[in-house]
Amino acid sequence: MAPTELSLAPVLQLYEQRVGIDNTAADMSCLKVPPDDLVELCRHLRDDPLLNFDFLSDICAVDFHPEAPRFLLVYHLFSIRHKWRLRLKCYLGDPAVAPTVTPVWTTANWHEREAFDMYGIKFDGHPDLRRIYMWDGFDGYPMRRDFPLRGYKDDYNPMGVDQPVDWGSG
Amino acid sequence: MTDVTVINEVTTDTGLSREVLMNLGPQHPSTHGVLRLLLQMDGEIIERVEPHIGLLHRGTEKLFESFTYTQIFPLTDRLDYLCPPSNNLGYALAVEALLGIKAPERAQYIRVIMAELSRISGHLLITGALPMDVGAMTSLLYTMRDREMVMDLMEMISGVRMHTSFCRVGGVREDLPEGCAARILEFCDIFAARISDYETLLDNNRIFLARVENIGNITGEDAIALGLSGPNLRASGVDWDIRRDEPYEIYDQLEFEVITRDDGDCYDRWKCRVDEMRESLRMIRQCVRQMPEGDILIDDPKIAFPVDKDLLAHSMETHIHHFELAAYGFKVPKGEVYTAIEAPKGELGYYLISDGSEKPFRLKVRAPSFVNLQALTERTTNIKYLADVIAMLGSLDPVMGEVDK
Repeated sequence: MAPTELSLAPVLQLYEQRVGIDNTAADMSCLKVPPDDLVELCRHLRDDPLLNFDFLSDICAVDFHPEAPRFLLVYHLFSIRHKWRLRLKCYLGDPAVAPTVTPVWTTANWHEREAFDMYGIKFDGHPDLRRIYMWDGFDGYPMRRDFPLRGYKDDYNPMGVDQPVDWGSG
Repeated sequence: MTDVTVINEVTTDTGLSREVLMNLGPQHPSTHGVLRLLLQMDGEIIERVEPHIGLLHRGTEKLFESFTYTQIFPLTDRLDYLCPPSNNLGYALAVEALLGIKAPERAQYIRVIMAELSRISGHLLITGALPMDVGAMTSLLYTMRDREMVMDLMEMISGVRMHTSFCRVGGVREDLPEGCAARILEFCDIFAARISDYETLLDNNRIFLARVENIGNITGEDAIALGLSGPNLRASGVDWDIRRDEPYEIYDQLEFEVITRDDGDCYDRWKCRVDEMRESLRMIRQCVRQMPEGDILIDDPKIAFPVDKDLLAHSMETHIHHFELAAYGFKVPKGEVYTAIEAPKGELGYYLISDGSEKPFRLKVRAPSFVNLQALTERTTNIKYLADVIAMLGSLDPVMGEVDK
């Protein structure tokens, strides 16, 4: 018989000490996971018939600059069979590196490219980690909180902020 | 389309084989906007498709962070510019969820009517544009003629044809104008017959069928892994519709069928949309019939302008609230929420993080077209020739405004 309510207790037990629960939001359950356990947990969430999170809705990157840890990756999962949702949170330091979840969900490919393009988060093992919106050779990561809204001044952007910034090797 | 790079030349028994790289777009009518496809081809056989997106990137999400919650509505219009009311609706639901409020019932009905009208308008474009992409020019002229009726209704309701910005946090901007319900019902009657016309025109058209049937098949499993949603997913036999499975607004009070098909080819994706328009008509009719009288905006002076504009002249308090709201906007309590709605293209999600101020800390849009477009790159589908790429692209129905954000 199919379960009627999402139960995360077995997952928490299985990943004791490594995966925590986050009760701050009321709209859906949320798990906190360190980057090292992310892929393993995702695979488990997808393959366990009692959970069956086969659909990755979205990956959202967040920048908390100047707070630490600086970056956050938020994964929104959905189970088409059970019709329930789950949020995963994965905090990252700076420079931000996370493992890729493309082997688990193919759709993660472009979402991760977007997070890389906009926030400079690197995804280890990603098959094709290139910029997706900005052009090759663009300097900086536009969605970071220390990137000015109007961008930096250059020939095409005379209204931009007049201050060069060293973005490092990023 | 003239830019061709030869990357490999091989002489085989049958003659010279050339592997070439070709640019399709960004200025090409079949790419539905500014999409550039890099095609690696052996003669006419496709070996790799690589979409290059971002030509329409406006940094919407960056702008969200510097706009107040009310100012964001016009920005959401410009995501899926064929169906602005759906985008408005999804965003309004996200903010309302954090505020812990709900729009009055009449406002919810108006929102749903507009969202379904816009679904018809969005689907009408693809109903005509896919056949046009594969050579049947007539269909687009017919569907555009009928889409004009929807545009007229939008103009009647909101004053503009395309970027309606009609939703507000806590309701809608204005009530339906006088005589609007009758006009909507009239449209429903006319349009129901028109859908059958498209089917007689295209459904038995051998040339059209030859170009779209058994092209670009996606299995249900692959579609889920690819993150497809909406009609693209349902065409592959996956029975999931957010309107039915996680009902928002008043969808739980409406009767409708969720259209699914089995093969997941270009034809099924097209047909799925044609049938969905019928269901939308059914929903609109029910909405008009069931819609109660009442307020169209919540009665909270700190969030919404007063419905009774006379109060502004008499009540000092109302005046102050009105000024505060217009000048600074309203604050949304700290927290986060993810709301998903069934937009015409699929699951449209808004992930909102608020830090308690008048502007969102982070607002992420889960744009269905962005995810759907990824299906072009996957080799699981049976796209073989250059012409199939066009059919595949047309049937996935990406809107570049939403892909590029």
